[in-house]
Amino acid sequence: MTSSSQTSTQPVLTLEHIAVHFGGLVAISDLNFVVHEGEVVSLIGPNGAGKTTAFNVVTGFMRPTKGEVRYKGTLLNNLKPHQVAELGLVRTFQRTSVFQNVSVFDNVMIGLHRRGRSHLWDTLLALPRERQSERELRDKAREILGTVGIERRANELAGALPYGDQRLLGVAMALAAEPSMLLLDEPVSGMNPTETMRFMELLTRVRSLGVTILLVEHDMPMVMGVSDRIVVLNYGRIIAEGPPAAIQGNPEVIKAYLGQGAKRRAGH
Amino acid sequence: MKRLFPWAVLLVFASVPLWLNDPYLLNAFITTGVFIVAAMSLNLLLGYTGQLSLGHVAFFGIGAYTSALVSLGFDVELLFGIRVVHEPWPVWSGFIIGTLVAGLFGYLVGKLSFRVRDAYFVIVSISFAEVTRLVALNWVELTQGPLALTSIPPLTLGLPGIGYFDFYSKQSNYYLVLGVLVISYVIISRLVKSRIGRAMVALKENESLAVSVGIDVTRYLVLAAVISAGMAGAAGSLYAHYLKIIDPDVFLFLYTITMVIMVVTGGKGTLAGPIVGGLIFGFIPVIARSFAAPEVQWILYGAFMILILFVLPQGIVPAIEKWFGVSNEADEARQNTPSSAKTQDAS
Ligand SMILES: Nc1ncnc2c1ncn2[C@@H]1O[C@H](COP(=O)(O)OP(=O)(O)OP(=O)(O)O)[C@@H](O)[C@H]1O
Ligand SMILES: [Mg+2]
Repeated sequence: MTSSSQTSTQPVLTLEHIAVHFGGLVAISDLNFVVHEGEVVSLIGPNGAGKTTAFNVVTGFMRPTKGEVRYKGTLLNNLKPHQVAELGLVRTFQRTSVFQNVSVFDNVMIGLHRRGRSHLWDTLLALPRERQSERELRDKAREILGTVGIERRANELAGALPYGDQRLLGVAMALAAEPSMLLLDEPVSGMNPTETMRFMELLTRVRSLGVTILLVEHDMPMVMGVSDRIVVLNYGRIIAEGPPAAIQGNPEVIKAYLGQGAKRRAGH
Repeated sequence: MKRLFPWAVLLVFASVPLWLNDPYLLNAFITTGVFIVAAMSLNLLLGYTGQLSLGHVAFFGIGAYTSALVSLGFDVELLFGIRVVHEPWPVWSGFIIGTLVAGLFGYLVGKLSFRVRDAYFVIVSISFAEVTRLVALNWVELTQGPLALTSIPPLTLGLPGIGYFDFYSKQSNYYLVLGVLVISYVIISRLVKSRIGRAMVALKENESLAVSVGIDVTRYLVLAAVISAGMAGAAGSLYAHYLKIIDPDVFLFLYTITMVIMVVTGGKGTLAGPIVGGLIFGFIPVIARSFAAPEVQWILYGAFMILILFVLPQGIVPAIEKWFGVSNEADEARQNTPSSAKTQDAS
């Protein structure tokens, strides 16, 4: 990365006055923040704060009631999820999400969808371009499985993997979709400390590829360790924002978390 | 060994007209073959994208009527006194146009219903089939209504330098159907093993996850519907030119149910499933007819279906694959292990 002053001049993702209402429930009220190119930003907050809802709005899974979301200047409000992915904005899901009845290898092959170069005719007529494209995709899939460290499980059904590996596979699929920005929704929940350590290393490697990262996570040591900047949500609004050191001591944040700590434990 | 198996099966079926002289049985093979093609087309939708087309027979019937009308010609009065006269065209063009028109309707039905999908698609497809049946029944000027379209010419094939060949005999029709069946099999097999097929399976398995990696739902569902409908239309065309008569009963719900039974018992989402299921349920009526009354035949039919699905809920082909411990998927996945990567690239 070049100097941080340069990256900070290039916001890629901007949320302006975003509000999401579910009937009478205000899940998000007037959310404003930006993520700069190459940054790792964490979005934290107690359960029900609206973090996943924010992800859904950014990635086209939900329409905001108010406000605008832009990625590199493109308005995302009316795009479908696959169109958002086309722009290079790729998410993972909070609940484990893999194609259960498909092999680990083919999960990644599905993730590579966007990189396929063959057209319908190439496929139907078995033209050389089809074979070449498939070979490239398979090579790429092996490489990605190697990157996240689950290549030995390539031939198993994804549903048969241990929990931690399924989470890694979810990230592998997102990486396969060639993201320029990755949105991770609680990627290490349910992982043991060793797996979490490994995941943090992976995150560093992904970041070094120039991928911008927006992270939702309850694991505070991890959040403090990897983030450039932290945005704290509570009841659908931002209560604090800044570098990890500033957030750690923020009394408002501590209060929000203490009030919800017990509930959070029960919820998982 | 595994690669040779489909060829061995093909060889066995290619030899059938050489030793089977019974025209009744040969006829059963031909009509069964036609329904296997239709079942294979249904399987593309049901087995790979998970969408149940309960009006699939509409595409079959549209292919049959279009192909018949293109080759017979027609003369109809439309609204405002506009008259459309169509002189008979070569039969092979009827086959192609029938396939394309069925595919076009697949596109329309898909576009219309895949926004909401699932139950909605089931309902739209059933309604669509009912509408097409009513059109065939009531637009007498075009379709002869219940009087049926008769004297439909057999399919002909003009081979440059060799001359004309018409599929009049049972033997030639057998090979024609076998040929179309093989082509349909190859099309589906190439599709489902490709990026397109993976996208379809991904949508069936977990739609949110599929769209999150950039897969366009509508595009792949509509594509599957077009190919599936076109293939069903091709089967319908073969049916019309083989039987030489076609009436609105081709649109009966019963035929859709037959296709669904063939796919589900054979194993949906497998390449061989519709063939296995199709052979069984194509021949049960034929065999049962030799010793049972019509009502008993239907009871046998139903009993067999329930038995198969009770013992093998996934269908016959997945059960066989599991029994032998190696599925095609496992074979392919094994090729993908890093250790075999080098040998694969060298080839
Ligand atoms: N589809 C929905 N319909 C109605 N209410 C919803 C919906 N999705 C979320 N909510 C509500 O919106 C609020 C914010 O939920 P959200 O899932 O965004 O929280 P979160 O910050 O991700 O929490 P957690 O840490 O538990 O994942 C919650 O009160 C939740 O119940
Ligand atoms: Mg959440």
